[in-house]
Amino acid sequence: MDNSVLHKLKLWGTALVLGATLQVVHAEDTIKVGILHSLSGTMAISETTLKDTMLMLIDEQNKKGGLLGKKLEAVVVDPASNWPLFAEKARELIQKDKVAAIFGCWTSVSRKSVLPVIEELNGLLFYPVQYEGEESSKNVFYTGAAPNQQAIPAVDYLMKDLKVKRWVLAGTDYVYPRTTNKILEAYLKAKGVKPDDIMINYTPFGHSDWQSIVADIKKFGSAGKKTAVVSTINGDANVPFYKELGNQGIAASDIPVMAFSVGEEELSGIDTKPLVGHLAAWNYFMSVKSPANTAFIKQWHDYIKNPKRVTNDPMEAHYIGFNLWVKAVEKAKSTDTDAVAKAILGLEVPNLTGGTAKMLNNHHITKPVLIGEIQANGQFDVVFKTKKEVEGDAWSDFLPGSKDIIADWSAPINCGNYNTKTKKCSGQVYK
Amino acid sequence: MTMTRYQRIQGLFVLVVGLGGASLSHAIDTVTPNPAAIFAQALAGLKSDDFDQKEIAIRQLAASGDPRSAEVIKALQDARLYYSTTTGEMVYLDDSGTSVKASKVLSGETIAVVDISAYDKVGVNNQLRAVIKELAAVLNLHSPDRTLRLAAVSELVGEVSPEKLTLFRELATKETDPAILEMLNVAVAIAELDNKDNALWLKALATLGDSLRPEAYNKIKSVLRELSGATDAESLRVRDVAQAALRRIDGQREKYQFIKTTFFGLSLGSILLLVAIGLAITFGVMGVINMAHGELMMLGAYTTYLVQTLLPSWLEYSILIAIPLAFIVSGLVGIAIERSVIRFLYGRPLETLLATFGISLVLQQIPRTFISAQNVTVKNPSWLSGSWEINPALSFTYNSVFIFIFSMGLFLALLLILKKTNLGLQVRAVAQNRAMAKAMGVRTEWVDAMTFGLGSGIAGIAGVALSQITNVGPNLGQGYIIDSFMVVVFGGVGNIWGTLVGSLAMGVVNKYLEPWTGAVLAKILVLIFIILFIQKRPRGLFPQKGRAAEM
Repeated sequence: MDNSVLHKLKLWGTALVLGATLQVVHAEDTIKVGILHSLSGTMAISETTLKDTMLMLIDEQNKKGGLLGKKLEAVVVDPASNWPLFAEKARELIQKDKVAAIFGCWTSVSRKSVLPVIEELNGLLFYPVQYEGEESSKNVFYTGAAPNQQAIPAVDYLMKDLKVKRWVLAGTDYVYPRTTNKILEAYLKAKGVKPDDIMINYTPFGHSDWQSIVADIKKFGSAGKKTAVVSTINGDANVPFYKELGNQGIAASDIPVMAFSVGEEELSGIDTKPLVGHLAAWNYFMSVKSPANTAFIKQWHDYIKNPKRVTNDPMEAHYIGFNLWVKAVEKAKSTDTDAVAKAILGLEVPNLTGGTAKMLNNHHITKPVLIGEIQANGQFDVVFKTKKEVEGDAWSDFLPGSKDIIADWSAPINCGNYNTKTKKCSGQVYK
Repeated sequence: MTMTRYQRIQGLFVLVVGLGGASLSHAIDTVTPNPAAIFAQALAGLKSDDFDQKEIAIRQLAASGDPRSAEVIKALQDARLYYSTTTGEMVYLDDSGTSVKASKVLSGETIAVVDISAYDKVGVNNQLRAVIKELAAVLNLHSPDRTLRLAAVSELVGEVSPEKLTLFRELATKETDPAILEMLNVAVAIAELDNKDNALWLKALATLGDSLRPEAYNKIKSVLRELSGATDAESLRVRDVAQAALRRIDGQREKYQFIKTTFFGLSLGSILLLVAIGLAITFGVMGVINMAHGELMMLGAYTTYLVQTLLPSWLEYSILIAIPLAFIVSGLVGIAIERSVIRFLYGRPLETLLATFGISLVLQQIPRTFISAQNVTVKNPSWLSGSWEINPALSFTYNSVFIFIFSMGLFLALLLILKKTNLGLQVRAVAQNRAMAKAMGVRTEWVDAMTFGLGSGIAGIAGVALSQITNVGPNLGQGYIIDSFMVVVFGGVGNIWGTLVGSLAMGVVNKYLEPWTGAVLAKILVLIFIILFIQKRPRGLFPQKGRAAEM
């Protein structure tokens, strides 16, 4: 029952989307691009936007004459927020549809589910969301932020600019917050923060009763030292969390909350007046004034036909990833995985905030780190920006297990998990 | 840390005295010969891109002694201070929604604004916001408005510099409001602990021992740290007094913590009651496993959203309007589900489960298709925002108090319907013995539809309440469906008193476990407990007795 309904809806959705946006072209003279984002289930809220972004970018590229003289053709599938289904759909995209590259996944667990398939079938995946690091696959390009491009600079900002001495690390209970908090805890301790001054708290997905936790944070923050919350709370649970903060009267000037998963999209479901001043760290904000961003926002509003829709960080990541891929295909004059993967290293494309994004040998990219304060209109005002782009680091320098490990997909190392001490490549085996 | 904050406020002290009393005004004149000139210069400084420069400008502004500075600081706080990108003139911008008016800061002249993009906001960051908050507090110390004065004193407790101590003592002698007076005394006592005078210390400690303010607690702790190495008799005596004060506060805090945790538990329990009570009818009384129950709540929440969207000026009453509407919407959808699908599946629980699960997916897709896949904003009316502060250690948020009262009211209403109305009588009759009820002339089909409609309508009302505390999106219902079944099974199928006791008990147990185990493990432990409990008592807390139970 479940599957057949979903399947029908999915077919309908795909048919509508394709019919509306793409002209019918013959399969032989197109390059297929796979879009692997959930259009139903819990993650649909975030991932539907990315599907639309990809369709818009592909549409735009076709208007410019396509790629290698061929039109691009989007193949949209719906993995329905179901992690094993991500792997199945990835297999379908590569084996049946023969796509040249896949743009997709949101949660780390969906990426981990796709990983073995994409490596086995030698496909290409562009992953657009900030994540916990500790991974670098030959077949995956990470266009979202690694921890050193988001979490570490954000903590530095709190420590230096806001003089924070006491830390609450609050997160949803899954792999990204757990790993990020492990890195942050090690980093804070290295900076001389006492264990007493760190409070770590995990909550289940979609947690909605925040009364006692917010009361605890308030109590923890009343010990006379400047306190901040570093939040890796996942999308949906944020609304009740912020509402509770507002209701219990925790203002940003008392205990600021620095969030890593709250963007313009998440805020569009909240009345932000009580939250003015709380922070978020990203590599892109819709409010950044640059010619490229203004053009992108206009293009998005025209495409989606709704001037109220916001743009966000993972959308920029897809914008960068797609442009890098296009450039790499043009350089390699082929869509062959190995040729593209080789050609893409070192390529540069402009990002939306006025800088450039360069694909590094570890399959991560350079990104500026921006810290924004929530405004009453649901946008962020940038209060801090790194002077130049930060290089993404696949393996954290602050975890004992990964300190000596690097990823380098260029000769002679050619390895995503290379120990610089023992000079050994552990291949694709991840902890 | 405190010293730097003292220095920060020091400049303002001059201003306060200038505004507050005439005694020192002569001295100010000599310090700041031309307030207006400084004011204008500082105002221009606010246009800087650099936050440090802005902070200097704000301090100059406050210290200028110009009466207009209070207004500027207020405007900065409310984010309505703008400047023209062409002329650079500072204005207060008032956006009434339909028209925008700007009044010039320097001249007071009001102009109509055609193009809002010709003005840039004077942006502030958190550091500046803290500075502004303090400045505003100092300015409001003399405000005739009780709430403003209370907020001002509350903000400055623990930040009273030795220079300001005199001012605070003076304020305390004039204050008539007991709450503010108490806070002033605490503020003075904390400041007095900075003097190395044992007699003063003893007096201050006596005041602080009765205060639940965290600043008082922290100060006593720091005094104890200072005295840790002392050996002379006098210091030891002070130490004992400080320790006794700390113990007293700890005792009080523990007591309030207990009340708070219990309330948090009851509040969580009332949410569980809210989501389960509709199910207690459809599943408990009728025995229908309705997997679309959560989606009926989701429809209720979307009804609230639509009410707020269609009647934007009625925000304060939107909840009250949405309650009956949500009952009707979800109730009708429930009746439609019952008539079109469920009635063909009575007595076949597995098929009912699958069919209603399918319906739940269809219902989820409705807002996704017609409204948006994204969550929608449901605003809280002002009477549901903020918290009711009884003392610094005990406060309850209005929305949780509301939801508690609301779910109890709903429970009572349901109880009355089932026990006192004709419909209730028929519902119970059909549930207990369908054949007999039919023989007595009860239209069982009609009763089935009405019962299901009632349960669904109540789910819709629960959705209205949920829209105030959580995300409103297509997935709203899924997060609650497991919890609601758990509550009904735990409480005892077919007994709405069981649902009441079960949900409140689960909420309280959960909240008492949470501090020890964390939220994730607490939830798991409660689940394990319920599984074991059901093994022991398969019919739940309050099993239904009589022949119906054997069916």
